[in-house]
Amino acid sequence: MYDFSTITGSIHEFLLSFMAPWLAVLTECLIIGMGLLLVYSVLALIYIYYERKFCAAIQCRLGPNRVGPWGLLQSVADMFKILIKELIHLNHIDKFLFALAPYLVIIASMLCFAVLPWGNGLQIIDFNIGIFFLLACSSIGVLGILLAGWSSNNKFTLIGALRSGAQMVSYELSIGLSVITMVCLAGTMSVGGIVMEQQDCWFIFKGHIPALIAFVIYMIAGTAETNRGPFDLPEAESELTAGYHTEYSGIHFGFFYLAEYLNLFIVAGVASLLFFGGWMPLHIPGWDGFNHIMDYIPSVVWFVGKAMVLSGVIMWFKWTFPRLRIDQLLSLEWKYLLPINLVNLVLMVCIIILGWHF
Amino acid sequence: MISLTIFGVDSNGMLAITALLTGAALVALAMWIAGLISPRSFNPQKGEAYECGIPTRGESMSQFHVGYYLFAILFLMFDVETVFLFPWAVQMRDLGVNGLISIGVFFGVLVLGLVYAWRKGALEWK
Repeated sequence: MYDFSTITGSIHEFLLSFMAPWLAVLTECLIIGMGLLLVYSVLALIYIYYERKFCAAIQCRLGPNRVGPWGLLQSVADMFKILIKELIHLNHIDKFLFALAPYLVIIASMLCFAVLPWGNGLQIIDFNIGIFFLLACSSIGVLGILLAGWSSNNKFTLIGALRSGAQMVSYELSIGLSVITMVCLAGTMSVGGIVMEQQDCWFIFKGHIPALIAFVIYMIAGTAETNRGPFDLPEAESELTAGYHTEYSGIHFGFFYLAEYLNLFIVAGVASLLFFGGWMPLHIPGWDGFNHIMDYIPSVVWFVGKAMVLSGVIMWFKWTFPRLRIDQLLSLEWKYLLPINLVNLVLMVCIIILGWHF
Repeated sequence: MISLTIFGVDSNGMLAITALLTGAALVALAMWIAGLISPRSFNPQKGEAYECGIPTRGESMSQFHVGYYLFAILFLMFDVETVFLFPWAVQMRDLGVNGLISIGVFFGVLVLGLVYAWRKGALEWK
C-alpha cells in the first residue's frame, strides 16, 4: 500500500532546506488550501456530470452529449454560464445575512471535506475526535440554509428554510446515533483510527446485523441531510418555487448548488469511512494472496470509488421515489428511525460485550 | 504505518483554519470574478420578491408554524444525549459493566422522554 506521506514528507524536507520553519509551514498550508480548492471544484463538476448522466440513464435519455466528448465539458460550460449571470440586487432583504449564508454553507462543507480520509497518509485534518468534528461542522450548513431563507424576505424561502431546518436537525439524530453505533465497534473517534481498525475486515462485515441496520439508517438519514431525493421538501419546486435559494441569482445560487453536490460526496464518503473501510482495500481474513492483490489498487482509488458507488445509490433514491410530505418525513424519523436506531445501538453493545463480532 | 500529519503541519487547529479560509476564499473569489464579468441592468421590478407576479403583501419575516419549534426542542434533548454518548462509546470496552449500567440509566431517562413526547402527541404534525 503506497503511503502518500513519503511525498508530503519529502516536500516538507525540501521546503525546510531553504526556509524558516514557520515559513515552510505557512507554504504547506497554502499548498493544502490550493489542493482543497482544486479538488473541491473539480469534484463538484464531476458530480454534476455524474448525476445528469445517471438520471438520464434511469429515465432512458441520453443526458448531456453535445459539449466535448460524451458531454464531458457540459458542467464546465455551465460553470462559466453561471459566472456571467447577473447578481440581482434585491430591495427588502437583510443584506448582511443574505451575503453571509453562502459563506456558511461552503465553509461547512469545506471543513467536512478536509476531514475525509482520502488515502494512506493523505488525510488533512485528523483530530482524535475526527468523526465528531465532522458531525459538528456539517450542522453549520443548517445555519447557512436558515439564514438564506430568513434574509431573503420571501415567504417561499422562509417556508423552505424552516422545512429544511426541521428536516436536517431531525435526521442529524439518526446520523449521530448510527455513527455512535460504529464508534462503539471501532473504539475510537479519530478518522484515521477508524480506518486502521478495519484493516482485517470492513465494519459492515465485522459488526454483522447491527452494522447493516446502521448502514441502512445512515443512508436514509444522509439522503435527508443533503436535502435530496425523496426528501427534497425544502426545495419542492411544485410548491415553493426553489425553496430557500429562490432569491439567489447567478454564482450566489451556484454556491448552494455546489455545496449540495459536495455534501452528497461527503455523506457517501463518511458512509464509506464508517462501513466500508475508508481507503482500506477489501481484505478477507485468511486470504493472503487476495489481500496482496487488493493492496496494489491505490488507496485514493478505493476511497473515491466507494464514495462514487454510494452516492450512486443516493442518486438512485432520488430518481426512483416520489417526494414525501412533511408529516410523513417527520414521523419517519421520530417514530421509526430513532427508536430502531436506539434498539440497534443496544444490540451492537450486546454483540461487542459478548464478543460476537468478527 | 498511518501518519497523523500531512507535510510537516502537526497542528490540527491550523489545518482546520486553513480549510475554513479556503472555503471563505472560494466564495469571495467567485463573487469577485462574477462581479467583474457579470452584466448589470436596472429595473424597478427586478428587486421585488420572486413570488406570484403581483406585489407582495405584508412582512415576509413573520411568524411561522409552532410545529417546527416543538421539533427543535425535541432535537435539542436528543442531540445533547448523542453528545454525551460519544465519550462513553469510545471508552465502552474499558468501562465495562459499571459504565454500561450508568449509561443504561441515562439512556432509559431519555427513552422515557421520547415516550412522553410521543404520548403527548408532540410527534404529530398538526
